[in-house]
Amino acid sequence: MSELHNKSVADLAAMLKNKEVSAVEVATRFLARMGGNPHNAFLDIHSEVTLAQAQASDDKIAAGTAGPLEGVPIAHKDIFVTQDFATTAGSKILQDYRSPFDATVVTRLRDAGMVTLGKLNCDEFAMGSANENSAYGAVTNPWDITRIPGGSSGGSAAAVAARLTPAATGTDTGGSIRQPAAFCGITGIKPTYGRASRYGMVAFASSLDQAGPMARSAEDCALLLSAMCGPDLDRDSTSLNVAKEDFSLGLMQPLQGVRVGIPSEFFGEGLASDVRSTIDTALKQLQAQGAKLVPIALPRTELSIPVYYIIAPAEASSNLSRFDGVKFGHRAKEFSDLADMYERTRSEAFGDEVKRRIMIGAYVLSHGYYDAYYLQAQKIRRMIADDFQQAFSQCDVIAGPVAPTTAWKLGDKSDDPLANYLADIFTLPASLAGLPGMSLPVGFGENGMPVGMQLIGNYLQEARLLNVAHQYQLHTDHHTQAPGGAA
Amino acid sequence: MSAAKLVHGYEVVIGFETHAQLSTQSKIFSRASIAFGAEPNTQACAVDLALPGTLPVMNKGAVERAIELGLALGSHIAERSVFARKNYFYPDLPKGYQISQFEIPVVQGGAVSFFLGDEKKTVRLVRAHLEEDAGKSLHEDFIGQSGIDLNRAGTPLLEIVTEPDMRSSEEAVAYAKELHKIVTWIGICDGNMQEGSFRCDANVSVRKPGAPLGTRREIKNLNSFKFMQQAIDYEVRWQIEQIEDGHAIQQATVLFNPDTGETRAMRTKEDAADYRYFPDPDLPPLVISREWVERVRSEMAELPRVMAERFVNQYGLPEYDAAQLTQSKTVAAYFEAVAEACGQAKLASNWIINEVRRFLTDGARDDEGPRAQAVREDGESIRVPASTLAKIISRIVDDTISNASAKKLFLEIWTAEKSVNPEDVDATIDAKGLKQMNDTDALQAIIDEVLAANPKNVEEFKAGNSKALNGLVGPIMKASKGKANPAQVNALLLKKLG
Repeated sequence: MSELHNKSVADLAAMLKNKEVSAVEVATRFLARMGGNPHNAFLDIHSEVTLAQAQASDDKIAAGTAGPLEGVPIAHKDIFVTQDFATTAGSKILQDYRSPFDATVVTRLRDAGMVTLGKLNCDEFAMGSANENSAYGAVTNPWDITRIPGGSSGGSAAAVAARLTPAATGTDTGGSIRQPAAFCGITGIKPTYGRASRYGMVAFASSLDQAGPMARSAEDCALLLSAMCGPDLDRDSTSLNVAKEDFSLGLMQPLQGVRVGIPSEFFGEGLASDVRSTIDTALKQLQAQGAKLVPIALPRTELSIPVYYIIAPAEASSNLSRFDGVKFGHRAKEFSDLADMYERTRSEAFGDEVKRRIMIGAYVLSHGYYDAYYLQAQKIRRMIADDFQQAFSQCDVIAGPVAPTTAWKLGDKSDDPLANYLADIFTLPASLAGLPGMSLPVGFGENGMPVGMQLIGNYLQEARLLNVAHQYQLHTDHHTQAPGGAA
Repeated sequence: MSAAKLVHGYEVVIGFETHAQLSTQSKIFSRASIAFGAEPNTQACAVDLALPGTLPVMNKGAVERAIELGLALGSHIAERSVFARKNYFYPDLPKGYQISQFEIPVVQGGAVSFFLGDEKKTVRLVRAHLEEDAGKSLHEDFIGQSGIDLNRAGTPLLEIVTEPDMRSSEEAVAYAKELHKIVTWIGICDGNMQEGSFRCDANVSVRKPGAPLGTRREIKNLNSFKFMQQAIDYEVRWQIEQIEDGHAIQQATVLFNPDTGETRAMRTKEDAADYRYFPDPDLPPLVISREWVERVRSEMAELPRVMAERFVNQYGLPEYDAAQLTQSKTVAAYFEAVAEACGQAKLASNWIINEVRRFLTDGARDDEGPRAQAVREDGESIRVPASTLAKIISRIVDDTISNASAKKLFLEIWTAEKSVNPEDVDATIDAKGLKQMNDTDALQAIIDEVLAANPKNVEEFKAGNSKALNGLVGPIMKASKGKANPAQVNALLLKKLG
């Protein structure tokens, strides 16, 4: 455990600050681990960029001008645009694309002093639950390389679990931080919609996309989230005008009297028994620490699947129109006219899942279908949000599984999009309501794969989620478990 | 609506959609400049290019200009309006969708009133909504390819939509001129039609009086008042011919070709795209508080229609005069200065409507000489100071000069190299010998001469033909070089002949 790559973000920050280790040493250590690109987690690495950033951090530490996370490495999901690394969004259509600016989240983490290790693999345009939709190959799960790491932030989850980086950014549209965090046995949080700026995130579904940190513990996530969040009103109109918050402040609050809502709909037939029993044990642990379990109802949980798979593709179909071969990205080599250029460019460079969602989205928005699909979905979306408010009148946080099963085998569901969609059932409701949600490791299933527990909070209650997770992690060691060969 | 003017037995029905480019510094959803005429693609930032990760942020200045238009036209300013995406693929549309307002626009209802001749007309507005402009496709200079200039992409536009209330091309042009006046008056648009800052689309249909509305065709991008009238007239004739020949009109979008004077269909309804409108999730609803509206109102200049009402009440002017004087801010301010200085509001109004505005807008007349023409081309400045015109009017009122002399004096001063101040007016009257002839003896002598030279007129008048008197007044005025007082001439003549 003394190895640098096993250190938490908090520990590394302290060691760097105390000059026990240099940022260049830390970066070098992680770059070495990234060699050979284990798990196909990374899509772009430039060691000279990383080392230059690390050297700059060392200079700042020496000068006494260090940021709170100075010199601590991080890697970014390839959905965040970056000047120093290519940004592909996991798509062939953006192969070798270089952004002239950094995403706000990337800038904020740099401002906090973090050193960038590279860009992480993900499902194409963040569309997927298994990371099998990347144009640059699937990512493998460090706990079992025959299994998927979850998606769409699969590269982020795998890299953190395999100790290739102490922390990563992810994005969550319908569960893309929480589900891979659960499948890879790490901790991740999606804040309230609007907390983290979307500026510089390649858009999938604008009303749902939200950035968040992925690391090994709630404590680390609190440090990272504090640096990431804050208003960005000049760049993102959906950014919340809520002051920056130090999410570490409330971590030590005991769980005594905290009301944990248990939605019966999250524990129905579809839930695998090993996941159920692992979650039950975790809930008992919370209870043992003083929390009170309260049964609640989220009656429209099932509807969140059709609602999400109307709204997200609708927005995606429009957001992805800019990838037309005119201004940047891939353009077909041969074409007869403008329409042919569009058609060939997009046919060649978009993957099947992206095409499927563009078609679904265009369909539900088209004349004559809009009211029946899109408008109806928006109405139910509001009802789902109302259901949560009803629930939060009875509890402080909601707890349940992140996914119905543990990570499945590579290829198992790759020909069955519907099966993939159904597996999102527990993460979609919080996404549709714009609520903060997180995943923390709470044990292992029958196949030895990690099980994640989901915590959902009311708007802007990230500190409360992190507090509950941290208190749990103080009394358990699931978050310190490393996959074989990683430690 | 008054009785419609018919064309070959058909009633013409016209509605307008006008795109007014808003006079903001930067684009509607980005900070890039909107200045016209820059090198291609130098005024398009990452947001305008729709680079991955970019997002729109509303320009408050564009919203305020929309509020100003709504206030100017008596519209409802929506407390909450919604931006929508209009999805279609075109190379000069970087995002693959245009951000516009669809179901809930920011400005709702309102009206534009104006005079067509001396008849007052009112055209009702449906709405005005905010949207972004697209870039430009340049098909020349790129053999076999097209160039894309995205400088214009994201330029703020206000699309102003009327009810189909207009009944002739003249009325349509008068509406467009009035709207143009309003947007430039309140300063939300520079009104430059050549640069495309103010472009009109006319929806034209014809019908037999009393019949339901006919199928319309939309004439796109009319960027001059002259072409507007030509295009509508051609379109009306074309539609009537089609109907008379037994053809049904197909809904279509047409373009006017100024070279041929014809309109030609670009696309028909059959190939109309499904724009898949939906609320833009990147932009929350536009919320406009009452306080914001009131703040904008308090900072706005007096509106033309409010000013016109005030002119009627304060100066006792006819509504027509008030409307004419409030065609431009410069003229209105000039009128007020002249009226205040000479205390003769109606005379000041007549002078400004008949003389000053003619000088400002008409082509040079042959009898004015090259100097006057040169001055005209000099631009829209009124070259006779208000205090000077007030002095001229005072000299008419006190019988120092005749109206005819006053006009000569006015032309003299307008075309003078140097500005003529009011204290110099009397000296100029003397120098140019324009003083009215109040010397009865001298006038008497002229009258005697003229009577002797025109015995026929004298006879006719005496035989009872009162019109014959005019044949005598003319030569007398001419002989006096316009200096005789016409009233005095009349009186003396009647005395002499009676």
